[in-house]
Amino acid sequence: MTTNSLITIKRGRQKRQRRWLLVNLLLILTAMILCVAMLLLGNTFHHPVDVFRALTGETVEGVSFAVNNIRLPRMLAGLLAGIAFGIAGNTFQTMLRNPLANPEILGITAGSSVAALFCILILQTSQTVTSFSAVIAGLLTVIVIYFLSRSGSFSIGRLILVGIGIQAMLSAVISYLLMVGGHQDLPSALRWLSGSLNGVQLNSLTPLVLVVVIFLPIILFLGRHLQLLELGEQAAISLGLRTDLTRILLIVSSVCMIAFATSVTGPIAFVAFLAGPIAKRIAGVGYSNVLPAGLVGANLVLAADLIGQFAFDVRFPVGIITGILGAPFLLYLLIRMNRRGSL
Amino acid sequence: MIKPKHDFQAEEIVAGYDQKTILNNVSIAIPSHKINVIIGANACGKSTLLKTMARLLKPDTGAVTLDGKSIHQMPSKKLAKLLGLLPQSPIVPEGITVTDLVGRGRYPHQSFFKGWSKEDYAAVAEAMDMMQITELANRNIDELSGGQRQRVWIAMALTQQTDILFLDEPTTYLDITYQVEILDLLTDLNKKYGTTIVMVLHDINLTARYADYIFALRSGQLIAEGTPTDVITSKRVEEIFDMKSQVILDPVSKTPLVVPIGRHHQHT
Amino acid sequence: MMSNSRISSQENHVFVPKTLTKTIVISIVLLFIVSVLSLAFGSRFVTWNELMTGLFYPEQDSYGASVVRERIPRTVFALFCGAALGVSGALMQAITRNPIADPSILGVNTGAALFVVSGLAFFNISTASEYIWFAIVGAMLTAIFVYAIGSLGRTGATPLKLVLAGAATSAALSSLVSAVLIPRTDVMDQFRFWQVGSLGSASWNAILTFLPFLIVGVILAICTAPALNALALGDDVAKSQGVQLTTLRIFSAFAGVVLCAVATALAGPIGFIGLLATHLVRLLLGPDLRIVIPMAAIAGAVVLTIADVVGRVIGSPGELEVGVVTALIGAPLLIYLAIKLKVRSL
Repeated sequence: MTTNSLITIKRGRQKRQRRWLLVNLLLILTAMILCVAMLLLGNTFHHPVDVFRALTGETVEGVSFAVNNIRLPRMLAGLLAGIAFGIAGNTFQTMLRNPLANPEILGITAGSSVAALFCILILQTSQTVTSFSAVIAGLLTVIVIYFLSRSGSFSIGRLILVGIGIQAMLSAVISYLLMVGGHQDLPSALRWLSGSLNGVQLNSLTPLVLVVVIFLPIILFLGRHLQLLELGEQAAISLGLRTDLTRILLIVSSVCMIAFATSVTGPIAFVAFLAGPIAKRIAGVGYSNVLPAGLVGANLVLAADLIGQFAFDVRFPVGIITGILGAPFLLYLLIRMNRRGSL
Repeated sequence: MIKPKHDFQAEEIVAGYDQKTILNNVSIAIPSHKINVIIGANACGKSTLLKTMARLLKPDTGAVTLDGKSIHQMPSKKLAKLLGLLPQSPIVPEGITVTDLVGRGRYPHQSFFKGWSKEDYAAVAEAMDMMQITELANRNIDELSGGQRQRVWIAMALTQQTDILFLDEPTTYLDITYQVEILDLLTDLNKKYGTTIVMVLHDINLTARYADYIFALRSGQLIAEGTPTDVITSKRVEEIFDMKSQVILDPVSKTPLVVPIGRHHQHT
Repeated sequence: MMSNSRISSQENHVFVPKTLTKTIVISIVLLFIVSVLSLAFGSRFVTWNELMTGLFYPEQDSYGASVVRERIPRTVFALFCGAALGVSGALMQAITRNPIADPSILGVNTGAALFVVSGLAFFNISTASEYIWFAIVGAMLTAIFVYAIGSLGRTGATPLKLVLAGAATSAALSSLVSAVLIPRTDVMDQFRFWQVGSLGSASWNAILTFLPFLIVGVILAICTAPALNALALGDDVAKSQGVQLTTLRIFSAFAGVVLCAVATALAGPIGFIGLLATHLVRLLLGPDLRIVIPMAAIAGAVVLTIADVVGRVIGSPGELEVGVVTALIGAPLLIYLAIKLKVRSL
């Protein structure tokens, strides 16, 4: 072995590592800026000092209520849901080695939405029960899709088609629930069709906070394993990975994240889809994509919500903005995959 | 630094997929420090045997044992330091660089949250030098040719630094030039470290030239084993492949060379 | 363009004497049954007497009879829409040689929806024919766009690629629809009813506007059927049998898109009828498109009308929009087809 080759290898690797770190730091920075903006901006602009005082518990006339009861929950919901959708989406995409195989297209998000909606509209359960039902429904959807697409010879293409079918069916169920629930008012309907941060309550966030705090480290920890799954089942096993166990852990963790986030914000369109590929593009491929994907997810949701709130005369819910911004990217991805013949 | 010897055996293996039995009671012992090649006609079970021995497939009955212990009961990470595998059609993550892919072979040697250690870098550099891909270190795999890619994959398997290396048809889809190049590199590896190689090959003549030891399968059963001179005779070749042939001496390597006889070229 | 393949004309000769009469009789009976069901069932069930009075004694009046009379246009409308969507689905499957093509799966519905909404919001459209023309343009553009994206690459337009292109486009367009709607509460009310796909808005006026499009579309579809049969064997075979591929594709795609667009414009996006109708017919009567296309009209009419009745009964005292019902029946079929497809033909 020559020292020269060692140096070439090390240099290249360190260069990529620096880029990865830098990108993550930048993403954290922009997320922080967006969070602050979410607190300062609203119907009226509040001075940072006032906002800070309100947050630390002081009562500031005309500021405390808006900041603590409206802007803070909204900001936290956006941040956490963004992280959850981004990471869960990336996990599925990496595990199934196809950016299109994400929880949204596969109908997992819709499964969680149906359960959450059913709990909220028909059973009128507490936030905790709602969240757990969403988790169970999400996992059930995964199991159903898996078994349906396993008959015959398994292929990712079949999995995606089955997922699209499930998704179509669940969307119909959502429309039905919205109708019988008597919730014909559009804001709440839109939340369940494309996601919104409107009217999030601080206390309804607790389950989501817990889930992100618990599962984020788990998935970060499994990031290296995920990189092996990406090489295919056979390579992963011979590298000593316990693939079945790893997959189950990853699926359960991501579905929990999606389900809890969905039960708070509804399915925010395209975030689970876009975060992974965007993160990969900017952070590079060699290192774990879990953290960058979560951060990109958070940035997307926060930025889209700010755009939705302030860029137009009318306020648009966040899901509409991510839907419109995300669609061209999705089509671009599709065109590129078709060209490469990787579909 | 020659790898240790191992007692590596498959005992009375019955294996297959779903309800279909493909291997029917196969027992083999893999000689250490040798290049072992499994041959046979299509669908004879050679790939299934390789997969079973590389613990990708659990046998229905029988066991694969390494130094007396069943490999399906050994901790997977420990086993991954002993047995490595190059799958037949490995999957390349889009956009990954050569170094990063090769480095993934270090997984069984790494612990959590640590970057690459000195040993990791050394193993990667050594494997890449050996496979002559150091100039490609920071290139994207998507840009490489088939032969180059195959060397990258072998390098990845090498960084795993296993005593035994399985390869499932490592020369398929490659031009003849690259086929010879890959087999030469594998021979280097075997000579330099004493790595035991177990592979499935399609080409009987390349097998005859490069194998130290051959296992021949037919319809899920072992029908011959031994050195190329033992196994590759015109009678045996007919048993294995159902094809008449004349076996002559390869003028280059002095190993057997199979010359097939078709219906139109009966030669007396 | 209309040149027949010899093989299928032979099939035709075998087919005609044996089953054609039977098929026609069964179709008529089925259409009659679903019409009666559609008149009788709903949030309020009417008796046989009321039904008869409503239909045949215009001078007599009772509450039940007037309910029946109100249901007449709705029933006719459902039959027409179903027929249009059924034929449209059959055409799209034939053109793309893809068993899971349907206006809703390919996103064509949503394209029509976006244009109708934009028309409502920006051009103050209000009449049925304005709806129709906006919908046709939207549907046409979307169809071309989705097909273009789905057929990129070496393998051409595979089912998976087309479906994904359709799903992606549809998701994008529906975000745009919401974006147009949210600031405009007045439009939103008009739209929301239309959105889920409802036949309740049916009027004789709408039916009369619909009729010419339906007739022209179905005739065009039946005329292109023989050539589409040849196309089923592949572009090269079709060409060698003298089919002008481009002309064929333009005419049949035009018919398919117009049928779907008009139905969508008047009834809102109703999914999966094309898929359901075509597969039902193919299952019962085989793949000859000269049979499949006209029969898909009948099957579409029957399926949509039943779905509408089911929606009214389940949703009572209100009604469950027919689009929801068809999605609930149609999506499992999509899943089933996805399971059955061979991996290579995905």
